[in-house]
Amino acid sequence: MVIGSGPIVIGQAAEFDYAGAQACRALREEGVSVVLVNSNPATIMTDVEMADRVYIEPLTVPFLRTIIERERPDGLVPTLGGQTGLNLATELARAGVLEEFEVKLLGTPLETIAKAEDREQFRALMREIGEPVPDSHIIDTDEALEDLSRREGLPWPLIVRPAYTLGGSGGGIAHTPGELNEIGRRGMRLSPTHQVMVERCLVGWKEIEYEVMRDANDTCITICNMENFDPMGVHTGDSIVVAPSQTLSDKEYQMLRTASLKIIRALGIEGGCNVQLALDPKSLNYFIIEVNPRVSRSSALASKATGYPIARVAAKIAIGLHLDEIENKVTGKTLACFEPALDYCVVKIPRWPFDKFTSADRRITTQMKATGEVMALDRSFESALMKAVRCLEIGTLSLRYKGANLWTDMQIETLLTTPTDERLFAIAEAFRRGLMIEEVAQLTHVDPWFLVKVRTLVRMEAALRAAGSNLSASLLHAAKHLGYPDRTIADLAGRTEREIRDWRKALGIVPCYKMVDTCAAEFEAVTPYFYSCYDREDEH
Amino acid sequence: MVTKAILALADGTVYEGEAFGALGQTSGEVVFNTGMTGYQEVLTDPSYAGQIVTLTYPLIGNYGVNADDIESRQIQVAGFVVHQLADVYSNWRASESLGDFLQRAGVLGISGVDTRALTRRLRHEGVMMGALSTEETASDLQDRLRAQTSAYESVDWVRRVTTPQPYTWGPDEADAKYRVSVLDCGVKYNILRELGRLGARTTVFPATATAADLLESDPDGVFLSPGPGDPDLLGYAVETVRGVVESGKPVMGICLGNQLLGKAFGGKTFKLPFGHRGANHPVKDLLSGRVVITSQNHGYAIDPHSLADSSVEVTQINLNDGTVEGLRHRELPVFSIQYHPEASPGPTDSRFFFEQFLRNIDAQRRW
Repeated sequence: MVIGSGPIVIGQAAEFDYAGAQACRALREEGVSVVLVNSNPATIMTDVEMADRVYIEPLTVPFLRTIIERERPDGLVPTLGGQTGLNLATELARAGVLEEFEVKLLGTPLETIAKAEDREQFRALMREIGEPVPDSHIIDTDEALEDLSRREGLPWPLIVRPAYTLGGSGGGIAHTPGELNEIGRRGMRLSPTHQVMVERCLVGWKEIEYEVMRDANDTCITICNMENFDPMGVHTGDSIVVAPSQTLSDKEYQMLRTASLKIIRALGIEGGCNVQLALDPKSLNYFIIEVNPRVSRSSALASKATGYPIARVAAKIAIGLHLDEIENKVTGKTLACFEPALDYCVVKIPRWPFDKFTSADRRITTQMKATGEVMALDRSFESALMKAVRCLEIGTLSLRYKGANLWTDMQIETLLTTPTDERLFAIAEAFRRGLMIEEVAQLTHVDPWFLVKVRTLVRMEAALRAAGSNLSASLLHAAKHLGYPDRTIADLAGRTEREIRDWRKALGIVPCYKMVDTCAAEFEAVTPYFYSCYDREDEH
Repeated sequence: MVTKAILALADGTVYEGEAFGALGQTSGEVVFNTGMTGYQEVLTDPSYAGQIVTLTYPLIGNYGVNADDIESRQIQVAGFVVHQLADVYSNWRASESLGDFLQRAGVLGISGVDTRALTRRLRHEGVMMGALSTEETASDLQDRLRAQTSAYESVDWVRRVTTPQPYTWGPDEADAKYRVSVLDCGVKYNILRELGRLGARTTVFPATATAADLLESDPDGVFLSPGPGDPDLLGYAVETVRGVVESGKPVMGICLGNQLLGKAFGGKTFKLPFGHRGANHPVKDLLSGRVVITSQNHGYAIDPHSLADSSVEVTQINLNDGTVEGLRHRELPVFSIQYHPEASPGPTDSRFFFEQFLRNIDAQRRW
């Protein structure tokens, strides 16, 4: 039995349909007959040919109980239907339904899920295995607040969050004991439970994720790591994300990879897992932020970014197969037990619904607001970013954003310091107005490596505009390499799109297509997954 | 100012790009590495001596170069081929750019190459000689390649990278828990760092040292380092390894050290079509059934059939192509690994082999 993820909500959208459908196919390949339950009929996984039996019923314990009673499945895979599937499996176990009908929970055990999801249990486990988690203090009296503020060796600055206030309002960042007392008192007044949580402030640290897998034989692999363009402070679902990481040396990459594998081992996960870490941009210090012991939104991204079918492999692991017993379908020759090597850059940009909800608060923080995301692949960060921006369908084909030229310098500064859906465009506009990399880095905490790339794109705008009717073939070539579409080039150079396109083709500047083969061309691959780029060799 | 550079392969393929690092000309065996991080470690790994290395990951130089992540005293590659060189680097540990690092060392780099196309060619045709130049035309380069008499395989690269004089590394004599002699065929510093971290003081000997040289100070164990080139040219080192093993001391070998151990017991080596170079190779331990992801860099492998009746046995195999990844002596505390437990670059999942080596020493001491 596979439980789907139900209705589409923020953070749990079509990617779970993609994962669930992949898993159903993977299970049936192994001769397992699949009973699928999902309340959302607008999914691929509920198509009649996806499973042996498909139930479109409310995802509640009583309904699931009835289905289990009728179908008598041997096992239940709980980790493929997002948080919904996981919660339901837990409830079914608690209600004794699984025991009553002798349904075996497949893959990651429930205790593991509890350990990963319960804050305290998780922190205890991390301490046990020596992985750093930020210290956290719950404060509910003025005395306790004063005691804390007097404590030696606190990791300033500290972030103060009042409990149960909408969007954490009333909190703030304290740099001194005085500020801590002030913000803490205000926070307690505003909190209905008169509580604040005080934690080390990691705003501005690099946010890095690892998608890892483990089988019952304790073999562990990394599928993909990802680096957030937006540093800590913005939910990863609301961040621009690149894969693989771009600004980590091998030492840092391996340090965080090792930590992620240690965690998946300590938890005893059988399947996929997502580990989120914060890395100090100025030292080798890091903290474990969160672990998702299941196929998640991030794993769907990692899956598409690498070509590695995470849900498929997770489903096979759940029924007891080992990683070295599962074929890598992309190459058809090698096994699923390896780590994908990327030879391209992946950029994901969230798609927010602020064009439909025009009065909504556009600020993005720790609670996800994006209702979708786009992903682009190319041979450079610049061109992948340009592709992704086009895919957003927000009325621009490049970093030129409607109305950005009307922003005041003050508005730009606010847009840089307070993340919103418009921050990328504000960064571009800041460079148009001559701000330095260091200034923008200080306001945004975005790594200078990314900022330089954005500035390169902005400089190309100016170069194209300056060239005008004297646009040279080499500049055209350079613009295509950076991912500029013909229409934008034409617009900037004062030509028509048709003129640019015809000329470009006459010059032989045409895209070629390269394969997403999971192995950076080390092995021959058979897959229909390609991306376009302005490189030399076409593989299509 | 952009300077053009050309990379020509022995099969006639030519790639044009932009020069970075030093100007001039160079040649070497062209190989690819699929690791996504670790270019500084790759550049300074002695096992890449005589090779022009291309990385399949397209964005290189992002985090610059720092003082810590060097694996030997100098850049070892003959040339470096990348798709896009970072215009700026960003990392708190970085002290200079990749381009400056190459330039200081007088090593040529070329960027703007379709490195995936190059990798596909090497995969199809096998690794081959290539020449890189900022001065010559494509046809000059082809002529030079044709006229070249010393192909990669005919050079004893180990003699070129090994230390000229013995040196020591790690804790002082007084603090050392173990004393280990290292046969340096092209050792990586991280091997010495790992052994040092575990309390071993290492004395590193030139590759031409004899077994008697290595054993003279009565060390607790002997370590056989990785290194470049064709092991068939290393009869002298095979002789040394045989002598060392016969002494009964605990021995550990890595990469070329694995091949030398195999050869010391009658094994034969052969050249892989395009080698194993990267940080994602799955290796299966035949005893536990467990698989580890490993860091690899080798162009030759041991033929397992040649060891059929020998006193060493195969303990690990590569899951991708079934090649030999580890050996052990059937009776003596002697083992070797074809891949790189010292990582740097790559996963550190198999670091425990260093501990195993030192445990073998402990066990022998108890006797």
